[in-house]
Amino acid sequence: MKTTDSSGDVRLSGISKTYGSFTAVHPLDLTVPQGSFFALLGASGCGKTTTLRMIAGLEEPSSGTVHLGDQDVTALPPYKRPVNTVFQSYALFPHLDIFENVAFGLRRRGIKSVKKQVEDMLELVQLGEQARKKPHQLSGGQQQRVAVARALINHPKVLLLDEPLGALDLKLRRQMQLELKRIQTEVGITFIHVTHDQEEAMTMADTVAVMNAGRVEQLGSPADLYENPRTTFVANFLGTSNLIEAEVDSKSGDDIVLKAGDGKLVLPEARCAAPAGAGGKVLVGVRPEKISLTHADDAGEIPVGRNRVTGRIAATSFIGVSTQYIVDSAVCPELEVYVQNVDRDTRLVPGAEVVLHWSPAHTFGLDAAQDIDAGLEEEAAA
Amino acid sequence: MPFVNWLKRNLVVIAGLLTLAYLLLPNIVVTVFSFNKPKGRFNYEWQQFSTDAWKDPCGVAGMCGSLSLSLQIAFWATLGATVLGAMIAFALVRYRFRARGAVNSLIFLPMAMPEVVMAASLLTLFLNMGAELGFWTILIAHIMFCLSFVVTAVKARVMSMDPRLEQAAQDLYAGPFQTFLRVTLPIAAPGIAAGALLAFALSFDDFIITNFNAGSTVTFPMFVWGSAQRGTPVQINVIGTAMFLVAVLFVLASMVISNRRNKHKA
Repeated sequence: MKTTDSSGDVRLSGISKTYGSFTAVHPLDLTVPQGSFFALLGASGCGKTTTLRMIAGLEEPSSGTVHLGDQDVTALPPYKRPVNTVFQSYALFPHLDIFENVAFGLRRRGIKSVKKQVEDMLELVQLGEQARKKPHQLSGGQQQRVAVARALINHPKVLLLDEPLGALDLKLRRQMQLELKRIQTEVGITFIHVTHDQEEAMTMADTVAVMNAGRVEQLGSPADLYENPRTTFVANFLGTSNLIEAEVDSKSGDDIVLKAGDGKLVLPEARCAAPAGAGGKVLVGVRPEKISLTHADDAGEIPVGRNRVTGRIAATSFIGVSTQYIVDSAVCPELEVYVQNVDRDTRLVPGAEVVLHWSPAHTFGLDAAQDIDAGLEEEAAA
Repeated sequence: MPFVNWLKRNLVVIAGLLTLAYLLLPNIVVTVFSFNKPKGRFNYEWQQFSTDAWKDPCGVAGMCGSLSLSLQIAFWATLGATVLGAMIAFALVRYRFRARGAVNSLIFLPMAMPEVVMAASLLTLFLNMGAELGFWTILIAHIMFCLSFVVTAVKARVMSMDPRLEQAAQDLYAGPFQTFLRVTLPIAAPGIAAGALLAFALSFDDFIITNFNAGSTVTFPMFVWGSAQRGTPVQINVIGTAMFLVAVLFVLASMVISNRRNKHKA
């Protein structure tokens, strides 16, 4: 029995979009619960914006249905759907001032006394002073807030955000991320946020759907996606992953023992997204910050039971809170290691022989049949 | 060489002023001679200052009638060409249809065609159709040649319009009609206004096409042409000066309004 209000649920069933022979979105099932902050994350061209536009009604799905709560809105034009969109580059009406931009939706629905509502909304986004200016007289960040106000004032069941922060500089972006999160908590409306910025998605959203080539690769909370990626694309697109090619050697209890080069690595079976029969290939993944670095001279001090890989430091870069090391090893070239700058070991310089070690619990396993570099280029391009 | 230095510093200003003088000199001559009191029938030599013509602008038989006819034709031609032209422009920018490219270039042909050829061809067409020459044939001809200019002016504006603005309007509960009325039209308005002004000016002083297709109807340009054969009444200069003043007033008014608006907004 569901006790919470579900009128703001967004339910996509088998929704797809094709343009001629090109499939932008493969048949997709997705449910976004009422009141959640949901992010569609992916590189440009992955179908995330098309999905959003199908929810808004600006794009007609080639198949499937869109439900808002219990209502099937698939056939409704955008102006009859109780959703509003914050467009990429805002699409503010250049011929109307800020007040009229924000009042637009209310006026179209025949609401006469808009003054109080508009003023309150402009207050919420801290633009009370700018009401009589034209959009082009405002800064990027201010325009962005007008776009949010213009959509929110209609109390939509769902607010759709299409890369709303893409045009802002980094500092402003951080600020607006927090601001949007605050507004969402305050108004409790379902937010669906499209972005190519993994950090943005992870900071803001309760649930993230990672999209790649028109499909959802994985869906989950930011921490879940980060700690337990199920595909190489997710492992590489969200943060950085070290992926080591290994072969299944044996099983011991809940763990899988793998052979990588001459060494053995242990991986909890529950964290392995690949079939792990003996002799099968698996990609062993570990995040750079989970790895500890010990100089080869001190190798004896490393507690037993940890996964170990030996190598030689190829490069280091000091970035304040941490130092990033690139380590070449026999099992994998260019392993990345981030070490917090607490007690810096001065022996860890390029050329030094080191042992990388980490807890088996921080290890994840992926199907080796995939492209090991999936999701790498996309992020660099974005 | 202080003079040469001065010249160097102000060369752009001087060139600008000279060009302006070149542009405005004919207008000044028209204005000055509207206060002339010519001896004889021709207003070509300055005699003495007089406001007679200004006091009695309609004192020449048939002139004000032709002026009013020209204004009417210009008004309706502007209206017709602007409505049709704006629709064509929207269709050409918004829709992908067969022969769109061909239509795009055909629209420009009337601008490239020598006016006198078009005038003669139109007359042939009207005569063959048995149309009675007069107000309606002039109006049809004017709408026809104004269309190209309106389409060009409006098209430029519509092309630069962000399609997301209309999507945003639809997203904010505006149906197709409301979207057009509240967003599309206001944003396209400067282009439409420019097209309309151009159409009005073109129609009002068109002589060649009108002369061929007017029958016994006389528009203002035809009247001026006709009277120039026999003598030029000062009143023609009065009308010309008045038109010039009206245009200047329009420009000044729009400048004052936009200035005030900006000041208010800032």
